[in-house]
Parts: sequence; structure tokens; C-alpha cells
Amino acid sequence: MVQPRLIPMGHAAMLIEVDDASTVPALAAAIDAARAAGEIAARDVVPGAATVLVDGLSRVDAAVLADLLAEWEPGEAEQAEVALVEIAVAFDGPDLADVAAGWALTPDQAIAEIAATEFTVAFCGFAPGFAYLTGLPEHRAVARRAEPRTSVPAGAVALAGPYAGVYPRSSPGGWQLIGTALGVTLWDEARTPPALLSPGTRVRFLP
Amino acid sequence: MIEIIDAGLLLTVQDLGRAGHAHLGVPRSGALDMRSLRRANALVGNAPGAAALEATMTGVVLRAHAALVVGVAGAAAAVFVGDVPAPVGRPMRLAAGQVLDIGPATAGARTYVAARGGIDVAPVLGSRATDTLSGIGPSPLATGDRLAVGESAAAPQELFAAASGAGAGAAEHPAAPDQPVTLRMLAGPRADWADATDLAELAHRPFVASERSNRVGLRLTGATVGRARDDELPSEGLVVGAVQLPPSGEPVVFLADHPTTGGYPVIGVLDSASIAAAAQVQPGQRVRLVLASSRPDALPPGSVQIP
Repeated sequence: MVQPRLIPMGHAAMLIEVDDASTVPALAAAIDAARAAGEIAARDVVPGAATVLVDGLSRVDAAVLADLLAEWEPGEAEQAEVALVEIAVAFDGPDLADVAAGWALTPDQAIAEIAATEFTVAFCGFAPGFAYLTGLPEHRAVARRAEPRTSVPAGAVALAGPYAGVYPRSSPGGWQLIGTALGVTLWDEARTPPALLSPGTRVRFLP
Repeated sequence: MIEIIDAGLLLTVQDLGRAGHAHLGVPRSGALDMRSLRRANALVGNAPGAAALEATMTGVVLRAHAALVVGVAGAAAAVFVGDVPAPVGRPMRLAAGQVLDIGPATAGARTYVAARGGIDVAPVLGSRATDTLSGIGPSPLATGDRLAVGESAAAPQELFAAASGAGAGAAEHPAAPDQPVTLRMLAGPRADWADATDLAELAHRPFVASERSNRVGLRLTGATVGRARDDELPSEGLVVGAVQLPPSGEPVVFLADHPTTGGYPVIGVLDSASIAAAAQVQPGQRVRLVLASSRPDALPPGSVQIP
């Protein structure tokens, strides 16, 4: 396999790029493990769609990281213990019919397909606790809305591009709304960890 | 206890920020100009990361409700304790009831006021910083707000004697608003997404700080940088000081409250001194972006390495 590429991002960070985006969670987990074991010191390890950013690195730690990655292979072991979060969803989103039509399915068929999909948190961003979930096949990618909504309610389950997501709080948003998550708090500062969904977490939406 | 008499344009509590939560979408936040935060804290004998006040452009007026030792650093401004001009770069004693009045910034944009003992608000995820992007931490301060100050031992006399102490020394003033600010950047991970000619001539592009600049980013206008490629970049992690190139071609220099991931190419990353300098740029001020490449593969086109 092709080894991850390290690209300097300023004086204190490395952006690590992989060819296979599906290996990002395992790569981030491996770096987190090295950090937990005291092999490298870093402030933040931030997965992206096809990269992992390691920020707050000294030159020495950057060199150790490079050595580590020269020998890294994406294995199953790192992902085996990842939590599965099941989220009950009322599929009542205003864009569900449009999404289903775009897939040439009935809404019920679209719901069944989403319910049968195991998602993985690829990365977070946009807002605290907002997770970009992958798992839908490529041909299910949906366009963002042409006009973003000025307010999307907290708990809205939505699709855009190759991703699914749940809005952790009310905010503007351009994703297609397909449902409402029931009985979960995506983000709670008083909880440890504060985010229900963190990179690597597996997710299922239950109708 | 400190009472805010006039919060000015934007007054927030800031420290070194909340590290270690970026993977959950939480910006680091913290003081925009870390150098000045540390200097203000050093003036009063605090730990470098003690929480302090960050005032923006128009200054701040506050009243001490108990005797207090304060230090001011950052933007140049007229500082008064009561009616008396105060010695900037030295710790100041405020008696109970006395008012500290920091005027509008005459150079620079952010002024830090440290109080001995630190501003005592409840930490959230390990930091007292106000994160204006995600709303984590204390709300921006408003006129009439009262803030507790942490416990501390009486200020040692040496603090006041040391005219060139740790905090007072080497205080460089931010550039005057009619002078350009030079920000030095290393080539970013996506420098090759920028038009090569535009990147090579970056230092000659007359950028101006936009009025829309804030704690999230210093937005540049007045010139644009073209794109070498127009495909979509998958979202990737961002760092403070990242110079991002949105479709408009007007670069954004990310400051402490930057989003944790983004989908526009990062063409450069400022060095730490330039991040502090970027935090002190006034809206309308001229900005030069200078590519200081240390990566052989990122030398501007046309530059030749001679063995």
C-alpha cells in the first residue's frame, strides 16, 4: 500500500494525507494510541475527509510521527472496540420525499435503506458535536439545498454530498432534512466526552 | 470584583484556549494575541495562561470593587487610572472604587487587561475563553457585568520595582494604522492550488484588512489570489494562522476562533509572531503577505537554488 504522506502545515502541525479515505479513522486512532502511550506529544489530532491533522507538534515529535507512519498499516484491530450508537429517528424531514425521489425510491424504501446502513463518523466540524457520517454508497450522494435554511432545528437528521449528519443545535444549514433524532443530546459540555458522536464512532438510525 | 463600565466593541475573557477538542469540532479559541496575553499576565505575576480580558478597538472602562493589581498589554492606547495617566508596561494598583480607563486603540486592535489572581469565571472544557464561533465559554461581556478575580498572594514589591521585568521588557508596539503590517507565512499544504504567479507575487499584492474581520479570521480584501485548480477539496483540519483561499480569491487568515475543519485550500500558514501581528491589524489597514518558504518544493516559481 501507499504510505500516508506528511505535509507540513506551519511550524507546529503536520497534515497527513491518505489515498484511501476509509483508512482515516484507523490512522487517527493509531496516532491517538501513540499519543496515549507517550510516544509523541501533540495537542490535537483532527481527522478530515481524507487527512489527519496533528497540531501542536515539536520538531522531534514530528520526526517520531514520520517514523511511525512509515511502518503504519491500516488494520482491523484499531476499529474493533469502537462504540456503536443507535439513534431513534422520526423520518419526518421536509426534504425526505425529494431525497427519495432522487434515489428513484419511495420514502419508505429510502428510510429502509438508511436504517440498513451502518454509518461511521469520518470527522467533525462546522459546530461542536457535528459529525460527518459516511456509509451510504456513492450513488446515494445528494446535493446541498440551493438555498440554505436560515434555521435548522437541533436534532435534525440530514444528508449532503456523501455524508449524513445530525445538527447538534439550531443553526443555519444547507443539508437535506430527512428526519428528527429522538431522545439524544448530541452535545453537552457537562458530559465526558461532550460529543455523542466522535471520529470513528459507528452509528445506526432506527426508524 | 471587577465591574465593566464600558465593554466597548467586543470584550471577552480569554486564556490560552481549550486544547484537545478540535476533533469534536471545538475551536481552540483563547487570546488572539497570545504574546500580549502572556505579557499582561507577567506584569501582574500571574501564570502565563491566566484568564484576562481582551478588549477590541474601542478600549474598555472598568471599576475595581476591591484593591486590585492590573497589567495592560497589546494595542497602544491612552490608559488612565482615575484621572491620572497610567504607566503602561508596569503593573498598576487600583484601590477599591477606582476606575481603569483604556481608550481607543491608536495602534493595534486588541488590548489585554490582566488582574492579579486571574479572571475567575467557570472553565468549560478546561478553558475560560469565550469562543465566538461556537458559543462555548462565557458570553461576551456587557456593560454592568461583574467578574470575580481569583485568590492570590499579595503582589510582591519587586513586581513594581522591575521596570524591565519579564512583562515590561521588549514590548513592541503594533504598527500604526497608516503603516502596512507584514505577515510572514510558510507555504501551506495546498499552496499548489493557488495560481503560481499570484503566489510568487503575493508580497506585492495590496491587501487591506476587511471590516468583516473578527476573532474567527482576518479577512483580506483589495487584491485576490487566483486558483490553479477548481475542483473541490475534501474538508481537512485547520490550524491558527492558516491562510485559506475561498472561491472569492480574497484570503482569510484564521485566528483563534477558527473552524476546526474546512474545505477551501490553505495556501500558507503564518509563523507565531505573525499570528500575533495579524490579531493587531485594524480594519482598513494595509497588509503584506510574504511567503517565507522553508520547503524546497514550495519555492516560488522562477526562484533557482544554486548549489
